[in-house]
Amino acid sequence: MDAAFYIASVVAIGATVLTITRTNAVHALLYLILSLLAVAVAFYTMGAPFIAALEVIIYAGAIMVLFIFIVMMLNLGERAAALERRWRTPGMWRGPAILAGLLLIEVAYLLLRAGNATGAAQAVEPKQVAMALFGPYLIGVELSSILLLAGMIGAYHLGMRKIEEMREEHGTHIDEGRVVASGDLVHAGADRADRAP
Amino acid sequence: MLAAILFTLGLIGLIARRNLVFVLMSLEIMLNAAGVAFIAAGARWGQPDGQIMFLFILAMAAAEVSVGLALVLQLYHRFKTLDDEAPSEMRG
Repeated sequence: MDAAFYIASVVAIGATVLTITRTNAVHALLYLILSLLAVAVAFYTMGAPFIAALEVIIYAGAIMVLFIFIVMMLNLGERAAALERRWRTPGMWRGPAILAGLLLIEVAYLLLRAGNATGAAQAVEPKQVAMALFGPYLIGVELSSILLLAGMIGAYHLGMRKIEEMREEHGTHIDEGRVVASGDLVHAGADRADRAP
Repeated sequence: MLAAILFTLGLIGLIARRNLVFVLMSLEIMLNAAGVAFIAAGARWGQPDGQIMFLFILAMAAAEVSVGLALVLQLYHRFKTLDDEAPSEMRG
């Protein structure tokens, strides 16, 4: 079990080194995903299978998909085409494939041993985590939900401004609508002011 | 140990790289390393607190990355580059 943890650690460190030394963003992302998967295996050997699953689903799934979308949106035109051509050559995916193969062998070994797979380290069940999470840490849950809401609104706002700028460049019809709406508001306020005294 | 090495690598990446996408990736590595430290401590003492802290780190990383990537998009459309020296036009 210790050996499994150390193999996963070595894979994670190697993948991270390769991540920060690549010049190509897509290759770096590939190695980063591999690093996260290796860390997930390390979590599994440390007795946190629930967190390992979350790591794969949220980090390696959701967050990395965000990164890949951004890289794809930024690499427009000829650079993307050149990237695509180099992608086909086998040398580019050999490194990730070897490291991922190591991890696959390790996971298969851990699953085949079955049962008390989370050996030496003390296993913490998901139920314990949930009981503590919605007990003493309830305020933390609420705070993180507020943080996520703020993040969502911030990302929406930052993406929104670009669309408005594009509309202003093309000569917009939105401003006319705003003028009409503000006119309505002034009328309503004026009526109220008349009736108030 | 693993956490320390990963955190150091993330810090090196943060300092050494000039591309904003790489800087964000290095931040992810550092957050992940902090999570590894929490999980290891939680496993060492058999307490669920470490895993709860990791859940909070996960939520924070998701929010941070969404805002950060939106900022990167804005920056790219404004300066047509991902160099992190580009927006430093605020001279003191």
